[in-house]
Amino acid sequence: MSGSKADSRKERLDRGIKVRSDGVYAISSWREITYLITPRLLFIVGLALAPLLLSGAPYWQRVISIVCSYSLLAIGFDFLANYVGLVSLGGGFYVGVGAYVAALLNTSLGVPPLLSIPLAAIIGGVICTILFIPCLPLRGVYFAIVSLMYPLLAARIIEAFDLFGGTDGILGVDGFPNAWVEQYVLILAVLVAVFGLRRFVEEDIGLVFRGVKDNDQAVKASGINITVYKALGVFVASVLGCLAGACLSSMYMWAGLSQFALDFSIIPIAATVVGGGGTLVGPVIGCLILVPVSELLRDFGSLRIAVYSVVLTGFIVFKSEGIIPYAARKYEQFERWVEI
Amino acid sequence: MDIIIYGIINSVSLALMAVGFTLVYGVSRLPNFAHGALYVLTGYLTWILMNRVGLNYLLSALVALGLTGVIGALMYQLVLIRVRGMPISEIIASYAIGLAILEGLRWGGLKGGTFRLPPFVEGSVSIFGVSVDYQRIFVVVLGAGLMGALLLFVNGTKLGLALKGMAQDERAAMTLGIDSDRMAVVATAIGSMLAGAAAIILLPLGSIVVESGYHVLIMAVAVCIVGGLGSWTGAVMAAFLIGFAQILTVVLFGAHFQVVVALLAIVVTLIARPSGLFGRQKELEERV
Repeated sequence: MSGSKADSRKERLDRGIKVRSDGVYAISSWREITYLITPRLLFIVGLALAPLLLSGAPYWQRVISIVCSYSLLAIGFDFLANYVGLVSLGGGFYVGVGAYVAALLNTSLGVPPLLSIPLAAIIGGVICTILFIPCLPLRGVYFAIVSLMYPLLAARIIEAFDLFGGTDGILGVDGFPNAWVEQYVLILAVLVAVFGLRRFVEEDIGLVFRGVKDNDQAVKASGINITVYKALGVFVASVLGCLAGACLSSMYMWAGLSQFALDFSIIPIAATVVGGGGTLVGPVIGCLILVPVSELLRDFGSLRIAVYSVVLTGFIVFKSEGIIPYAARKYEQFERWVEI
Repeated sequence: MDIIIYGIINSVSLALMAVGFTLVYGVSRLPNFAHGALYVLTGYLTWILMNRVGLNYLLSALVALGLTGVIGALMYQLVLIRVRGMPISEIIASYAIGLAILEGLRWGGLKGGTFRLPPFVEGSVSIFGVSVDYQRIFVVVLGAGLMGALLLFVNGTKLGLALKGMAQDERAAMTLGIDSDRMAVVATAIGSMLAGAAAIILLPLGSIVVESGYHVLIMAVAVCIVGGLGSWTGAVMAAFLIGFAQILTVVLFGAHFQVVVALLAIVVTLIARPSGLFGRQKELEERV
């Protein structure tokens, strides 16, 4: 804080190019187009090139797939928390359901992985949405508490009734044809999810979603059934989560109880907070940072989760806006100190 | 007969787990998701003080309680106070602190059945033909005593009344000169100590494991939701309801289903009576 003085304040103004490129006229100038496209292109190309750059290190290629799986989950969390207003602490539930559905489709019905994964995402999404319908009237704390219990409950039930192979899980799930397919399927899914959802929340329906988040009574008073919209939101998020779970089951060729584990609930939240909530890109960036760190910490076992939690708390308290909003501010605005 | 006796014991245990959570929520509207972690932490601290530092049982329990209270207060003062009024951040931050404590303990070597607190008094006694060990009797007696003491504290002391005032109407309490931030710190400290007290009373029944942190959190939340968040009588009633329901399920169906009962109770309560059995005003608007 070099220029910080008691009798001055920080003023933030939009850069000229930002203002100019907000309008349609941006198309008429290469400079404005470049300004608009650069960050997006950087993100897309960066993700698409990652497997190629790491082609010498199969281990880290696998990490990319894991990053993408967590990203899908985190995008779903971000969407649900910041656009629909439902904080779901039970990300593990979506992953678990997706993984089990995909594994069952593959092992019992013989559906090949590239077909069973999208199918599992849709079927899993429907299952999750139906199971969450009883709690949809809840909001805030109450939804968070109940959603936290879903994965725990699911794991207990599978254990108690010895369903789907009980504690052993379902073995022998077919993997992806090869590592490249695995990575590019996941990267494509992440890109589609990010840009698709960003478009989705800008449509009219996104307006209703944000209305549900900010003031659901008002939305209700407008004659709109908020439960339907909440269910739709949960469906979108759980499709993404189940997609992640289905991919994970094919990656590990196994679906089991550990897919309901805590990692899947805490990492997406941490990634969203670190990357910046409400941006939908933020969670991906968060995962890109946190998951490799987690791989480096793998030797330390459960310390990983402890580290996450500390990072999470730190970010919430000291930098609650997250990386992406911070970067966007730097990119779009300039700051200066002005005398009061 | 054993259903009634074990039902009572189980209910009092649940009430013990839940009372700290509901106190914190009632006073500062803060869902303290680190509750279960504080429970395990107290047990672990007691164990450390007893076996590593060499204090006697009572002293180490008291010191551990004090430490937990301080940790709770620090947690509020340093972290949670900054996110107050932002429910999403409150949940995430307190949950993250709880996870950090629990998983940190797990990493620090807290696993398996090696960490045990001894029962206060060994042996068992037969009540109406049912053999009950002394520790379980202690649970009931101390649990009831703790509730009674809490009731007296809240209704009979100035600090307690200030907390009650905060719980009823924070703004009105502030106009009467009650410092709401300080009270919230006090409430979190007391809530943490209650979690710790529950740990010291209940943990001799089993061993200190990380998983019980999650279990305690779930049970506390279940009891509080069924009873109506922030309502103390509701919490005790709900503890008895869930406690007996659990024992009945164990007898009729098997031990696996114990947790399922609590979750079903939550779901049913939330659908049928969203503000809980004894939920208070505003509550309905807040949650539905």
